[in-house]
Amino acid sequence: MDLAALVALNVVNGAASLVLLCLGLAIIFGMMRIINLAHGEFVMLGAYAAVISANAGVNIYIAMLIVAPLCVGLVGLIVERCLIRFLYGRLVDSMLATWGLSLLIVGIVTTIFGNTMQGVPTPLGGFSIGAYRTSWYTIFLAAVALVVLAAIYGVLRYTRFGLVARAVMQNPEMAAVLGVNPARIYMATFSLGAAVTGLAGGVLAPVSGITPVMGGAYVAKAFITVVGGGAAIISGTTSASALFGLVNQLGAYFTTPVYGEVILFIAATVLIRLMPQGISGRFFRGTI
Amino acid sequence: MTFTRRKFLKTTMSASAALAAPAISTRYAFGAEDPIKVGSLLDQSGAIASSGVTMVTAMEQGIAEINEAGGLLGRPLQLIQYDTQSNIQLYSQYAQQLALKDRVDVVHGGITSASREAIRPTFDRFRVLYFYNVLYEGGVCDRDCFCTGTTPAQTVEKLVPYAMKNSGKKAYILAADYNYGQITAKWMTKYMQDNGGEVLSVDFFPLDVTNFGSTISKIQEAKPDLILSALVGGNHVSFYRQWQSAGMKDQIPIASTTFGLVNEPSTVDAAVSEGIYGCYGYYEELETPESTAFVDKLKKRWPQIPYISELTAATYEGLYLWAEGVKKAGSIDRMKVIEALEGGVSFKGPSGEVKLDPATHHTVRNAYLAQVKDRKWNVLETFDAVPPSDTAMVCDLSENPDDNQQYVIDIKS
Repeated sequence: MDLAALVALNVVNGAASLVLLCLGLAIIFGMMRIINLAHGEFVMLGAYAAVISANAGVNIYIAMLIVAPLCVGLVGLIVERCLIRFLYGRLVDSMLATWGLSLLIVGIVTTIFGNTMQGVPTPLGGFSIGAYRTSWYTIFLAAVALVVLAAIYGVLRYTRFGLVARAVMQNPEMAAVLGVNPARIYMATFSLGAAVTGLAGGVLAPVSGITPVMGGAYVAKAFITVVGGGAAIISGTTSASALFGLVNQLGAYFTTPVYGEVILFIAATVLIRLMPQGISGRFFRGTI
Repeated sequence: MTFTRRKFLKTTMSASAALAAPAISTRYAFGAEDPIKVGSLLDQSGAIASSGVTMVTAMEQGIAEINEAGGLLGRPLQLIQYDTQSNIQLYSQYAQQLALKDRVDVVHGGITSASREAIRPTFDRFRVLYFYNVLYEGGVCDRDCFCTGTTPAQTVEKLVPYAMKNSGKKAYILAADYNYGQITAKWMTKYMQDNGGEVLSVDFFPLDVTNFGSTISKIQEAKPDLILSALVGGNHVSFYRQWQSAGMKDQIPIASTTFGLVNEPSTVDAAVSEGIYGCYGYYEELETPESTAFVDKLKKRWPQIPYISELTAATYEGLYLWAEGVKKAGSIDRMKVIEALEGGVSFKGPSGEVKLDPATHHTVRNAYLAQVKDRKWNVLETFDAVPPSDTAMVCDLSENPDDNQQYVIDIKS
């Protein structure tokens, strides 16, 4: 029984990490059809921002939850103005450009900070479920994921900005005719997506190995989840993250970590074959 | 004017001769002053770069020292290092380039076992002497190749019983999912069994796994007395951090064949690394005169150098062992150098006396058992002149000089 609770917690943890990792990508991909191959590097920048500011004496929670998204949001803004805005509607070009960007970011970070980085200790400590121990941090990750989901849902559903952003996403020309400047909305949503990704990097920093190439471990899973989720940002990402988190963690638990990964990718392949529009293209139509 | 075939051939031939002339004449112009070319393939970027950059510094330091002392056979050494970018494809490509285009006289390089097995056949085929200066899973038996790092019989054999003595008889093995981890896990199993212990489970992890939650649950369910880890790379460092944050750090001790080879003890929090056991051929903390001199020299060359581990020391010692062989042979001819090295050479390096074992082409060297204390390695025991007995069980190049394979230990479980 205790063990079942622990395994359930692992599943929640796996799904929560996926939600955090994918939301920023879903915003950028879902709204602007830009395939951001530098997504993993945005995660890495968020982790570096959190770790560097925490080591400089900033409170760990401020570093993770405020400094990291602000820094990466700013990077996203610069990247959008200098690079991405020339590439809307050019899918293949945007992939090439953002791939180059990812190499550039890795190169810059390696040059400045070297190949390894002093990490931060994991806050909060552990607790027991019966005879088993796990960390409060897994609960914290799940809570952050929930709050971020709620916040983005709130913004998209109840604010004027959200309404306009959704309008631009559906039909940029029509929105422009009605007096909205799509370029400005794209700029804002790209920065928002980058900031959410930075937040993910920040909160994952205390439980990850911090290196300039750490983004590579996340990017494939993030893309699969976003594509598996489909066009709806919140419902698609949440459902795909829950599914893949469940499959991956249970697979790793009942077989081996190697098969855990294999089962995840097989599940994703089958899912996309059966539902080319993603989960939200079939089940949650008309949601955000 | 007609342009006959004969005239065409004459003009093109003389033109090509004229073009090729500088290349041919420079080749013979210098003679004795021609540098001896030392090839090197190490990762300076990508996931393995944290290991590679200090090894390159050690190569540069060794080459500079030998050149200051007048070079070898009166000729200077020239280092040709390619950044293999943690990419196996680039290893194959640059290996061919070193062998065919640069025509180097020796190659030192390769970090992961996967990279070694990618380039070793190339150097066999093109008859280029090859030194692999990294601790690894043992078993390579190839007359063209010298492996100067430690093997499991030199380290794991000491580490496992020591860790068992301080914990208990049941172990849970975690290892990276490629040849190094797979074979090292077998050696761990063997030494557990030899010492009357039991292995509860062996789990392998692809190098990009970052979430160890379900593994930590499985470990708790299995209730081992000891964790044996051969996890590799930055992503796998997550395991130690998640292990500590789950509060398991003080419950079950960890012994590792890889932790601390880069600079993990100084980059993770003290609470994560405290008490982890390791056994390697060299630690920066060793206080012999050779060791402190080596550390000072590298720090002078690169003040911000990360931790100097066995990888760095063995690279330096590998270069010097080769240089001893060349001096003894009085030639850089590959076969003469191999025969000279097989005649027995040794070098007193930062890790102590390192002696080449003629039968296996491995080294007899010191091993040190240590435990992380306050983010540094605290050396607990020293083992002098440990032979590579794992490889010696299966490999005898003086009996079978044509042998060329990597032996893998067979474990009955």
